Amino acid sequence: MTIDWNHFTPWASLAGGILLGLASALFILANGRILGISGIVGGLMGHIGRPKAGDTGWRIAFVLGMLTAPVLYLLVAGPVPATIDAGWGTVVLAGLLVGVGTRYGSGCTSGHGICGLSRLSPRSLAATLAFMGAGFAIVFVMRHVFA
Amino acid sequence: MQHRVTEFFVGLLFGVGLILAGMTDPSKVLGFLDLAGTWDPSLAFVMGGGILVGLGAFAMAKKRTTSFLGGAMHLPTSAVIDKRLIGGSLLFGAGWGLAGFCPGPAIVSLGAGQPKAAAFVAAMLVGMAVFEIIERKQARQSAGAH
Repeated sequence: MTIDWNHFTPWASLAGGILLGLASALFILANGRILGISGIVGGLMGHIGRPKAGDTGWRIAFVLGMLTAPVLYLLVAGPVPATIDAGWGTVVLAGLLVGVGTRYGSGCTSGHGICGLSRLSPRSLAATLAFMGAGFAIVFVMRHVFA
Repeated sequence: MQHRVTEFFVGLLFGVGLILAGMTDPSKVLGFLDLAGTWDPSLAFVMGGGILVGLGAFAMAKKRTTSFLGGAMHLPTSAVIDKRLIGGSLLFGAGWGLAGFCPGPAIVSLGAGQPKAAAFVAAMLVGMAVFEIIERKQARQSAGAH
């Protein structure tokens, strides 16, 4: 293993992580909800054809806030950096896997990763180890086996 | 209205956090997931920072019966570690490793106008809808069996 010092951003990543923690803290304490993106968005899909009164507005307000973040960032700091090397087909396949997987697994990097580990939930620890492990494995195969 | 404002603000705060953290840049995420290459450990600091703040907040949340805004506390109650949890998480991790996007950053990148993020989010919504269809079908079948 070689450390990639050129791209290493400990302070920005720590600051970003602290903001994620603050957002999660605010959401559970003020609104009484777990900040899990797949659950918030997936719940909207569950309402199609079967609306659940009082459960849609908060999800939409939250997603609108997320969509506003890059606009605010653009105005203050400039464009959001993003290098997407994956092709269109890979991106679509990845999206399908993430959509189905996060719903079966009841969470993603936010709900299980940040909130679950902060709650000291063994279930979320197991989920986090599983999705991190799969992420490490698939990148290893793509970059070092079929490269 | 107070609730909608908080939810919007928390979404905004979370989105800015993801951008600062580097989570919305798939090449950075993949740099973290590439243990065998030149490894960028930055994202470990994201998780560390998040949990650092979260530990205190969730310890406080567990003791409360209502939220600060007066609503119910929706803390998860399931402790089951089963095939659904692990299988679903493995599928999610595979998708995350393929493109470098997980749900939150993909939605933020959609707001940043990335066309591939839009394709990812569209496919993710289809995946989530497929899950709902399968779940409803199974619920109907098990209801019919009784």
